[in-house]
Amino acid sequence: MFIRPFAALAMLGVLAAPTFADAADKPTDPQIAHIAYTAGVIDIEAAKLAVSKSKTKAVVDFAKDMLRDHEAVNKQALDLVKKLKVTPEDNDTSKALTKAAKAERAKLKKLKGAAFDKAYIDNEVAYHKQVDGALETLLIPSAQNAELKSLLETGLKIFQGHEMHAEHVAAGLK
Amino acid sequence: MRFAWLLPAAAVLFAAGVASASAETITVTIDKLVFSPAEISVKAGDTVEWVNKDALAHTATVKGGWEVMIPPKKMASRVMTAKDTVDYYCRFHPNMKGKITVAP
Repeated sequence: MFIRPFAALAMLGVLAAPTFADAADKPTDPQIAHIAYTAGVIDIEAAKLAVSKSKTKAVVDFAKDMLRDHEAVNKQALDLVKKLKVTPEDNDTSKALTKAAKAERAKLKKLKGAAFDKAYIDNEVAYHKQVDGALETLLIPSAQNAELKSLLETGLKIFQGHEMHAEHVAAGLK
Repeated sequence: MRFAWLLPAAAVLFAAGVASASAETITVTIDKLVFSPAEISVKAGDTVEWVNKDALAHTATVKGGWEVMIPPKKMASRVMTAKDTVDYYCRFHPNMKGKITVAP
């Protein structure tokens, strides 16, 4: 039952094949908290790179919006795990996400100008789409704690909004 | 005759009274990325006030028109004109949508 979303992620290249095989189990709340937080950190790192590299106002503004929102959401997530006395637990999905993001950043670092802008924004669209899918089909249905579930549901709306925002910026670059 | 000088002052007070009685403030609450109520009906001269309960910044943006910035946990407002029958959205989260109708 929980294989499909991971299969979808694997097809999109987020998860390596071994993770896909290992992760058929439903993630626990400490793991979900870790995955959600990691997903935010990844977008913050990408945004910092874009702020330092891009010379296009629309791209820099978008990256700053990402920084501001994800920092705010991750602060809420940290406040919640503290309140619930949950210790986020590293897991294969978080590791796979971090590994894929590291590769993407290495790729982006080599690009300049319009090529960088396009690659960053295209990746933002794809990345937010992947996280939306994981939230909808795996993380939200698996979450046990009602407050965690609610935060993830708000997170989904934020990510969906960012995906649309990124699509608007992408349309403006062409 | 004695009170004739009072008339203009009374007229001003009366006019001001009418204006403040008819211009209303309509509140739209933003909670978890939702404008609520999403659709409002106002009159020209009314103020729309957005109360942002989220920890995120939002906007009320009209494509090709005005934009109101609504900082996290703050409120922001705009006085509506007769031309403000509009669809608006949040520029940071374009999945957030609202509608304002100015009644004649």
